[in-house]
Amino acid sequence: MTMQTPFELSARGVPVRRTYSDGLPNRAGLGLKPQHFAEILATEPDLGFFEIHAENYLVAGGPFHHYLHRIRDRYPLSIHGVGLSIGAEGPLDPTHLDRLATLLDRYQPQSFSEHLAWSTHGGAFFNDLLPLPYNRVTLDRVCDHIDRTQEHLRRRMLLENPATYIEFAASTLDEAAFIAEIVQRTGCGLLLDVNNAYVSGVNHRRDPQAYIAALPLSEVGEIHLAGFAEDRDAAGAPLLIDTHGAAIAAAVWELYAFALERLGPTPTLIERDNDIPPLSVLLAEARCAERWIGYAQRDRLEISA
Amino acid sequence: MSDQRLFVAALFDPEAPCPAGLTAWNGSDPARRFAVYRNNVVVSLIDALADTFPVTLELVGEEFFRAMAGVFMRAAPPGSVLLAEYGAGFPAFIERFEPARSVPYLADVARLELLRVRAFHAADADPISPARIARALADPERLPALRATCHPSLGVLRSDYAVVSLWAAHQGHGDLAQVDPFVPESALIVRVGLDVQVLALPPGGDTLVASLADGLPLGQAAALALAAREDFDLTAHLALLLRMGALTALVQPTEA
Repeated sequence: MTMQTPFELSARGVPVRRTYSDGLPNRAGLGLKPQHFAEILATEPDLGFFEIHAENYLVAGGPFHHYLHRIRDRYPLSIHGVGLSIGAEGPLDPTHLDRLATLLDRYQPQSFSEHLAWSTHGGAFFNDLLPLPYNRVTLDRVCDHIDRTQEHLRRRMLLENPATYIEFAASTLDEAAFIAEIVQRTGCGLLLDVNNAYVSGVNHRRDPQAYIAALPLSEVGEIHLAGFAEDRDAAGAPLLIDTHGAAIAAAVWELYAFALERLGPTPTLIERDNDIPPLSVLLAEARCAERWIGYAQRDRLEISA
Repeated sequence: MSDQRLFVAALFDPEAPCPAGLTAWNGSDPARRFAVYRNNVVVSLIDALADTFPVTLELVGEEFFRAMAGVFMRAAPPGSVLLAEYGAGFPAFIERFEPARSVPYLADVARLELLRVRAFHAADADPISPARIARALADPERLPALRATCHPSLGVLRSDYAVVSLWAAHQGHGDLAQVDPFVPESALIVRVGLDVQVLALPPGGDTLVASLADGLPLGQAAALALAAREDFDLTAHLALLLRMGALTALVQPTEA
């Protein structure tokens, strides 16, 4: 596995991400799904890493931990939270932070990430990543929550850019500027979800390339790629839904290539949570991502030669 | 009310207008866009219940189940981010749910499914070793005082209905048409290795296991089982529990 050295230059000559000796490898990874547990152990596919949703493994024992232990012995691991509710109005749940700390301690993942979104309110959990307005009040709150998270977990976290379907009249900052200030103030890294950048770009008629270019790309520690579904809004304009239930679209692969040109080789997750196909289908998408990572590596070698 | 509280209220009430202050680049009605969130929340939480209660779903059909789960979910959204724990109140809700009255055994089938999910994720624990079993059972005079520790995954469900036969028929074991749902059955649920097992316990057997799980000494548990059924076979039941790895300790009070 190749690890990046700090402050390498990308093909464009701009400094690329600061990396960490224990980070994920610059390869493709897959979301770990129970229906693939046994096949993964039997075949040990050539993959850079696996990623789990933290909340699925906050159970006492049984098959989930049985298999995850064995898979962790063989692969680097990313733990991705979906329930911390960093964008919530209320305080973070200290019990949940404790549980996450225990899980991270147990599996020693190379990466921990969460979302710029909220999913809880008043003690209830909604199992969806809900949007927030971008302004000074929400910025302070999100930064405070990320500070607390990083202090409690005693590690740097990556924050994922969201896929959203609506915007808020109360927003005074654009999303990229909002994220850039969070990263600058908290020192957290960025999980660049290229599918989310594309989905939100179409949904809000933003240029996804300009959006990505405006993010603090030197702090990207991981990329997510996924599939979306197509719908229409009330005026008939395209409304893309981030379903994680389909193959990665051609337009998202193109945007991924654009991002890699700027980032250099970056750990990339193929994210599939619904209509889960056979492992071989996901491995083919992972190989496709690794070809692009290879091109990014080659471009960089040519520049430095 | 806070902005997020208003957002949540509109998520859970399909009749509610979408929250104020939402916009779209093209000035289109934000309600259509907000409906994506409403749909995500409702569908994913109903899906979570369908994952935990697959046989309950099959017994009433997908459409009925999803409508029933929707009523439950709106009244009781998850109180934890751990979705594996969601649905603890669903069986009791089913019991009171008027449209499901014609399927009186539905709530108990749901209880069985809930115990299966709990058993699946329960803590790991090693079954009692053969050497310790031999030592514990060596002195017949001291048997009545023995106390058992049950595996963390163990559960017992006593029902007025044929819950085990109904559940098993939906796993391809036995013919559903041949099952008389009005025959009382008790279920033993325990994880053996990585697999959750569901067994029918005869009368007496359910009393024994439930009593041991409650911490009663073996002699007292056996007496209660015998009271429930004259020909209760203690040896056969202990052998079954030990074979399944359902007990993790058998100790005299003085050893504890």
